[in-house]
Amino acid sequence: MKMRTVAVVGALGLALAACGGGGGGGAAPGGGPGAPPGGTPYAGPVGQGEGKLSVLAWPGYAENGSTDPKINWVGPFEQQTGCKVAVKTFATSAEAVQLFATGEYDVISASGDASLRLVYGDRVQPVNTALVPNYADIFPDLKDKPWNSVNGVSYGVPHGRGANLLLYNKAANPTPPASWKDMWDANSPAKGKISPYDDAIYIADAAVYLMATQPDLGIKNPYALDQKQFDAATTLLKQQKPLVAEYWGDYVKQGQGLASGSIAQGQGWQLTANLANADGDKVGTTKPKEGATGWSDTWMVKKDTANVNCSYQWLNYIVSPQVNAQIAEYFGEAPANQKSCALTANKDHCAQFHAQETDFWGDVYYWTTPTANCLDGRTDTKCIAYDDWVKAWSQLRSS
Amino acid sequence: MTSVQAMLHRRPALRLAGLLTPALLWLGLFYLVPLGFLLATAFFATDSFTGRVLYTFTTENVVEVLTNPAYLLTVVRTVGVAVGVTALCVVLAVPLAAYMALVAGPRARPVLVALVVTPLWASYLVKGYAWRVLLAPEGPLGGLSPGYGWVAVVLTLTYLWLPYMILPVYAGIDGMRGSYVDAAADLGARPWTAFRTVMVPLLGPAVAAGSVFTFSLSLGDYITVQLVGGTNQMLGNIVYANFSTDLPFSAAVALLPLLVMAAYLLTIRRTGALERL
Repeated sequence: MKMRTVAVVGALGLALAACGGGGGGGAAPGGGPGAPPGGTPYAGPVGQGEGKLSVLAWPGYAENGSTDPKINWVGPFEQQTGCKVAVKTFATSAEAVQLFATGEYDVISASGDASLRLVYGDRVQPVNTALVPNYADIFPDLKDKPWNSVNGVSYGVPHGRGANLLLYNKAANPTPPASWKDMWDANSPAKGKISPYDDAIYIADAAVYLMATQPDLGIKNPYALDQKQFDAATTLLKQQKPLVAEYWGDYVKQGQGLASGSIAQGQGWQLTANLANADGDKVGTTKPKEGATGWSDTWMVKKDTANVNCSYQWLNYIVSPQVNAQIAEYFGEAPANQKSCALTANKDHCAQFHAQETDFWGDVYYWTTPTANCLDGRTDTKCIAYDDWVKAWSQLRSS
Repeated sequence: MTSVQAMLHRRPALRLAGLLTPALLWLGLFYLVPLGFLLATAFFATDSFTGRVLYTFTTENVVEVLTNPAYLLTVVRTVGVAVGVTALCVVLAVPLAAYMALVAGPRARPVLVALVVTPLWASYLVKGYAWRVLLAPEGPLGGLSPGYGWVAVVLTLTYLWLPYMILPVYAGIDGMRGSYVDAAADLGARPWTAFRTVMVPLLGPAVAAGSVFTFSLSLGDYITVQLVGGTNQMLGNIVYANFSTDLPFSAAVALLPLLVMAAYLLTIRRTGALERL
């Protein structure tokens, strides 16, 4: 399998070279990734910082006290390194890619549905993990993954991960649900009271359910769907639409609905349930037997950044045991650093977020950018690429 | 200084150029040029993986937008919302404006105008979320709530844009006070007859002027429908969902409201309302 992938990538590289390309772009037009863009990682050593750093991050990942004066790990970084940090946050992976393309940011926390687009879009540089001492303590099952590395070359440092769980109102579900069934079945008892995620990447959730319920389709990876599999997923989503109360884009709104009972079941985050349960134990969470989608984020560095020393110091700082524990707890996810689990204020944090349970993550399919070249290694067919996912989602929502 | 004045006095063409240049520059640079870019972008392609725009000519996006039933249906629904909001605004604004202009005393009048404008000081989002809470299926209205959906969208947008209808209508009716209405009464018309035969025809342009605001603001809105629209979407949501992955496609979708608005303004122009804006 691996040999075949290498061969395909090699052949594509040759094809590109034959086209007389070899230019900076690197991505094959109209399709999946060709050869990854060149560029060499920073040779080091990491020296004196350049004095400033521009950070593009998910909310809660780079807190500087402006949200809550007590929540501040950017300040200590500035004091230790002399790198003055400017933080900009984003709400979706799509927005992240768009903002990073402006070239104004040195580092970015990219989810798996953004990271490869940044790599092949020639926006980021390979990362020399030897220059990030804390990289050694990262959970091994987060390293060298398709969303943070290409052909064994690392493009970033893992930050943390979470699964998109089944959230449910406890009063509406006296027996805790163990399956996504009620979110998909046309005769669901939760009809009119479910809340799926409002993003094209949610098509993968339909694919995860189809993997378990329609094995004939042969889906191996929910992000590698050929036309037939993709059509099955969108058909399932159309069947789901009459059940939907609201597609959620704001986890606070979704949490309120779950707590009040206007939403009986939804797909979402542990963080949402924790916040909704601030006054009373109303919302439960489970990872259903069919498996789930999830997210694993990566800190990446801009291709031609002028602040490479500050960038590497940031990468090392943000996954250091203490800071990674702080972020994981504040945001509500599993930390990437193994040593963080001993340092969380809530000693059960890593257990609650399953940080150390490798088995738990076995059927969690992390967000990945779908490409025309099937991610599961199939070469006899074309898969549906991400822009067509977005269009299909628009059509579903408009229909 | 005086020589400049003298020269400007002698050369009307120079005077005119001086007066018009800033406005035309503004209109050209910040309105017409971007519009041209929008139109051009709609005919480019995209790299499906990186989302980068490929500068090769294709009509694919425009054809898809104009032929796909899902998008056309969204146009119909969006126009439907804009028409509904405008109609509801007219129904609410005309009696209120008539009261303000004709019945209320000269002291109460500015107070009423201030009260009508007051909601505009509050943030759009605060008002949107307030309606979200109010219309929640298990919210304060209980069984009376229409729930989240198109009715809720029309109600909320009507609330948001009502002042933009009241003000031009009020100005229109205010202009009739003391002349047309009194003349109608002197000639023996009862209030209802005076309203029907004198005021309504004169109100046409004022209402049309207000409708330009309520119609265009509703047509472009995409936030209210996210707050109270349930699973529904308007045109703006499609643009918003696609702009980062496929800018040319979004540009093609953005042409649709542009076409609707152009058709609307051409229709409105016949009423003479554009001179009242």
